[in-house]
Order: sequence, then C-alpha cells, then structure tokens
Amino acid sequence: MGIFAKIKNALKKTKDAIAYRLNKLFTGGVLNDDFYDELEMILLSADIGSETTESILDELKTQIDKKHVKKSAEVRILLKEIMHDILDFELPKEEYPLVILIAGVNGVGKTTTIGKLANNYKKAGKSVTIVAGDTFRAAASDQLTVWADRAGVRIVKQGEGSDAAAVVYDALQSAKSKNTQVTLIDTAGRLHNKVNLMEELKKIDRIIDREFPEAMRLNYIVLDATTGQNALSQVDLFNEAIDIDGIILTKLDGTAKGGVVLGIAGEQEVPVVYVGVGEGIDDLEKFDIDDFVSGIVDAE
Amino acid sequence: MGVFSGLGDKLKHVFSKLTARGKLDEYEIKQAMREIRIALLEADVNFTVVKDFISKISERAKGEEIVKSVTPGQQVVKIVHDELVELMGSKNAKLAVSSKPPTIIMMCGLQGAGKTTMCGKLGALLKKQGKKPLLVACDIYRPAAINQLQVVGKNVGLEVFEKGTQKPAKTAEQAVKHATNNGFDTVIIDTAGRLHINDDLMRELEEVKKVVSPTEILLTVDAMTGQDAVTVATTFNQRLDVTGVILTKLDGDTRGGAALSIKAVTGKPIKFCGVGEKSGDIEVFHPDRMASRILGMGDIVSLVEKAQEAMDEEAIKKMEKRVKDANFTLDDFLVQFESLKKMGGISEVMQMLPGMGGRFKFNEKDIDEKRIEKFKAIICSMTKKEREHPEIVKSSRRRRICAGSGTTIQDVNQLLKQFEQTRDMMKKMKNNKGRLPF
Ligand SMILES: Nc1nc2c(ncn2[C@@H]2O[C@H](COP(=O)(O)OP(=O)(O)OP(=O)(O)O)[C@@H](O)[C@H]2O)c(=O)[nH]1
Ligand SMILES: [Mg+2]
Repeated sequence: MGIFAKIKNALKKTKDAIAYRLNKLFTGGVLNDDFYDELEMILLSADIGSETTESILDELKTQIDKKHVKKSAEVRILLKEIMHDILDFELPKEEYPLVILIAGVNGVGKTTTIGKLANNYKKAGKSVTIVAGDTFRAAASDQLTVWADRAGVRIVKQGEGSDAAAVVYDALQSAKSKNTQVTLIDTAGRLHNKVNLMEELKKIDRIIDREFPEAMRLNYIVLDATTGQNALSQVDLFNEAIDIDGIILTKLDGTAKGGVVLGIAGEQEVPVVYVGVGEGIDDLEKFDIDDFVSGIVDAE
Repeated sequence: MGVFSGLGDKLKHVFSKLTARGKLDEYEIKQAMREIRIALLEADVNFTVVKDFISKISERAKGEEIVKSVTPGQQVVKIVHDELVELMGSKNAKLAVSSKPPTIIMMCGLQGAGKTTMCGKLGALLKKQGKKPLLVACDIYRPAAINQLQVVGKNVGLEVFEKGTQKPAKTAEQAVKHATNNGFDTVIIDTAGRLHINDDLMRELEEVKKVVSPTEILLTVDAMTGQDAVTVATTFNQRLDVTGVILTKLDGDTRGGAALSIKAVTGKPIKFCGVGEKSGDIEVFHPDRMASRILGMGDIVSLVEKAQEAMDEEAIKKMEKRVKDANFTLDDFLVQFESLKKMGGISEVMQMLPGMGGRFKFNEKDIDEKRIEKFKAIICSMTKKEREHPEIVKSSRRRRICAGSGTTIQDVNQLLKQFEQTRDMMKKMKNNKGRLPF
C-alpha cells in the first residue's frame, strides 16, 4: 500500500472510530499512557494545538492526583471543567450609543456577521446603522447592502476605492445626528502581517475614539473555526493594533471544532463572544462555553 | 519569534550534546522526532498525517550515517525536509489543457477560501499566456457574489458570463456553449462556497461536473486551515474527484501545514498559490519551499545551496572574520546586496529566509529591487565614519543623507533598521561558529 492510501485509510478509521473511542475512553479503562494518548489525540484534532493540549493534560493529571480520581468517567467531567475555566470571562455590559468595529483576515465572515448582528439589535428594539468600511474588495458594499436590507437597518456607504477612514468619519457624524444606538462597522479583510493595512485599521480605530468619545466601544475580531494555529497570530497582531474585546467564531456549523480559541483565551485572555453557525440571518449565537466544550469532548 | 526560530533551533538544542559519532543514536532520534512532531502539529499538519510521517522518518534516520561536514541537527532537518518535499510532490504540476477546447476549469471549496479572487488571478495569468478565458458566475447564494466576479473580471479585462440565480449547472452549460461559439479557449467556473457536509450543495457541484465535464476541478483551500483540512479535502475529493488544489492567503504568516495534510489524503497535486489580493498575486506551487515553511525554517536548504554558489570561499572568509570581530559595517552590507543579487534577486532570497513571511515584519515594498537601489544610494551618501559606525547617524545626519541621496527619512530609517537586523542575524551565525544557525 502506498503512503497516500495508508494515510487515507488511517484517517477513515480514525473518523469512524472517534465516537466509539471517546465513549470507551470515558466509560471503562485505566488511566494509563494509552488513555492519555487518546485524550491528546482528541484535543489535537480539535485544533487545540500541541502546547495548549499539553498544558491542559498536565493540569488534568495534577487534578486527578489531587482528587484521587480513579474512574475515567470522572476524568471527562474534570477535563470539561478545566476547559470551561480557560474560556470563562466576564463580559462587559453593553451601553448605548455603542460602536462595534468588526475586523479580521479575508473571508472569515465579517460582513455576514454584521448582517446577523444588525438583525439581533434591530429585533431587540435598537436603532442600528451599519457602515460599509470595506472599500477595497470588489462588490463588498453591495454585499453589505443586501444584509442591511435583510435586517431592515440603514447603511452608510461610499463608492469602491474611496478612503475607508473617510467613510467611517462620515458615517459617525450621520450616526450621531440620527441618534443611532448601535453602529456596526465592516472593514476589509486584511492579513495581520501586512503593516500598512493594519495601520489603516488603527486609523479607523482612532477616528472612532476621536469622533464619538461618548459611545461605548467594542472591537471584535472574526475568526473562522476552520483556522488552525495561525489564529493565535491573528489575535495577537489585531490585538496589538486595536485592542480586541472579543472573538466571533464563525463556521461552527462545519466539522471543525475551533479549539484554537482555548489557546487564545489562555495566552491572550481574549474571550469568545458569539459563534456563527450558518449563512442565515439568525445563525448567530451567544457563545455557550458548555456547548462548545461538549462539542470537543463528548461523542456525538 | 526570531529570524531563525522554529524547528532548526530546537533540533540544535536536542543535538547539542551529540558529537559526531558515526550513526544517529536511538535516544537522540526519539528526542528529535518529538520536536519534529510538535513543529508539524504547530504548523497545522493533521495529527494522523504527522504520526505516519514521523514513523517513516525515524526509520530512515536510524540507518543514516552522519556526514562529516554537517551537524546531526542539520542532517535530521535535511532528512525531514527531503521526505516532506517528496510527499508533497517533487515538482510543480501544470494545468491540464483539453485537447478539445475549451478547457474547462471548475473551482470549488469552503466559504471564504478565496475562489472568486482566484478565478480572476487564474484568468489574468492565462490571458497573459495568450489564452482567451471566460469567467462564469455560478455562486447564486452569497449576496453580491456575481457582482464581485463582474468587478474582478472587469479589472483584469475578462468577459464574465452570468445568468443570475438560475441553477448553476444550467449556467455552466450555457457558458460552455457561449465559449465555443465565441472563440474562448478556456472557461473558468466560480462556484459558491459550501460546507463539505452540505449534501444538497455538494450534489449541486456534482451536477455541474456532470453537465460540463471539467478538464480541471480545483479545490481552493485557505492556507490557514487547521486539522479539519483532511476532512474537507477528503469529502470534496470523494464527491468530485478533484484534479488539483489551490492554496490561498499564503502571504500571511501561516506555516501552512494544511498543504501537507491535503496532499497526503487526496494525493492530488497543489498547483497554484495565492499570495496577495491583487490579480497578479498568484504563483505556481513549489513543494520544496512549502516544506521549509512548514518546518518553520524558511527555504534554508536552497538558500544554503545558492549562497555557496554565489559567494566564493574568499569572500565568505572575509565576511566571517568581520562578523567575528563584530565589525560588520554598512560597507559589508553593500557587498551583501551585490551577492544577493547574484543569488537571483532580493525578493527571491528574502522569501527563502526563515521568518520573512512571518513575524519579522517585511512589507513587499521593503524587498523590491528599487528599494535596494535606494539603499545603495543612501550608503553611498554616507561618510566613511558613518558607514563604519551607523549608530552615529542621528537626525541631522539623516537629513543630510536623504538630501544627498534623493531619498526620504523613512528610507534611511528603514535601511538602518534592516542593517541592524542583519547584524543581529550575523551575530547569531557567529555564535554558531559561522554556520547558518539551524
Ligand atoms: N457555513 C457558514 N458560512 C459562513 C458563516 N459566516 C459566514 N459564512 C460564509 O463565509 C463566506 C465569507 O463571508 P463574508 O461575510 O463575505 O466574509 P468577510 O470576512 O466579510 O470576507 P471579506 O470581506 O472578503 O474579507 C460567505 O460565503 C458567507 O456566507 C458561518 O457561520 N457558517
Ligand atoms: Mg466582507
């Protein structure tokens, strides 16, 4: 058998077996090396990353010793607690007027998320303005306009190629004069290692502070759950540029588990706030730690 | 993360106690394999693929004699690197051309992977090669997706075929007819992003495939994808039997382990990479560069080879001595530029250096040849003392220099910063006895 066929086979087996193994793992068995190897595999396959996986397992072992845990079923509970603790943050209470700046790398779901958020706030009885701050990508503002219509909120936009900072400036004046409670700002997707694009984002961030100081500010980074360890770097550099208040984790309706946020929460103390679970306007949910952890640790 | 961080450093540590004693011993191999495993996992290679890979490598490492001129660390890196290159396909794969035109290229992939942008890039590339491509809009779901393709098409001067939100298979069929009747030799079909587990949408792609029998079905994957890349690629490949893969967003600082995972589970070649947002930002895939990138060591292997060709022994010795005496000056920097040029241009070399795509912040604009010309002008406008002691170049000197060289203060600052970074790098090399530090 060639190496490709072999890997393919192994993968299929892994996938078929994972639910079975998870259950077996937590229902019987001794806490030996094999047990920890299996656990490690489960965490790694969720994109938790080798470093964070190792520290989670270390903590687990410590607690197992301390609490004299013998049964693997109890280990499942312990493991969930440890992961829960890492992800548990207190979120600030929202006040109005509120300006939410949405940033992230290309294609993660920023524009779609703005549509969903606009819908949420509108339903909650708030007045909403969305701002087409992506003046770079082809047809970006057309796309956002469709979402504004779907949510039934107003949109401020200018032509493609205009200066994003200028669009934001104008939009803020208009939002203020209309007493908008929630202003949602879309931005062009940008890779975090592009210095000039990150400077542009910083500028937008400063303009909001300067032009709308009375508003509460929230800066969210949108992460694609399919992303691997690079998400750490994304949060790191976006945070350095514009102080990130939270993460919106999209595309959790796929098969990726988004486990990289554990490393992010642990190292960079940035909480997950919402999750995206589809392309529809209602497919945005508040982040539920237990659901999320269960998605990784429990067999389906 | 420093310039030479990554696997190289770690392996150096593992092998630091080892002096060349014939064969690599088992304990050390085990330690090294641990580091390699972590490096691959941190690069997002799927853990199953890693497992297989590691067992293959250990076998090979066991039998290996240590070549006298390299450290055991280098030796292991080389083995790993070679195997990675082999696994990823030793040479780059070309696009197939249909013997009965038009050649039909169908794009597919998850949401947000970069299909639409890539359609424009591929189209522009083929146009440059003398082809006449037609772009076809079959994303009927995402708001303004058709608009986006139209703008993309307009920007690169290509016609876009669209029939609104009618069934993609029908649009594709009509597009091929249109192409045949109007002298288009290539048809590039953009499709909506979809989840591999969405059965209805996957069936839609199967229908398009059935109707137009594409010459190429290219799975477009975001290079930042994590462990799930195997599931995605396996499913798309099972349902569509894709002919190749395109990796996008490689201009980021991702290590791109997904490339290895996908190749391993599908066996299909990676044909192109997206390396920016502009229509020209497309490259053919180089398995060897990807291997180095995944290992986190830049393309150190070819860099070493090229360096050996470009610099003669004498020059290296001289440079080494100056580094050793901590005497590396802007004059030496200038000499370096010249040899870099011999090695195939600055940008090529910079791309090969570890960390350059990553946290070491280089803009594309920092590495173009024009900038190097500027640097040369700046250095030539300096006094001998300034060239030997760049730290004395403060604000008034800077103003004089930029006036003299017709550059800006930013250019001068940039040069000094880059010089400093290079000198640090040289110091590291010095600590490693003149060898490249990996
Ligand atoms: N399945 C799924 N798809 C999503 C989700 N969120 C967004 N998408 C899809 O992902 C694709 C990209 O979404 P956009 O909202 O355009 O992403 P963006 O970050 O604004 O993209 P750029 O502006 O091009 O950087 C679209 O096809 C969306 O429908 C989600 O939670 N689940
Ligand atoms: Mg967008």
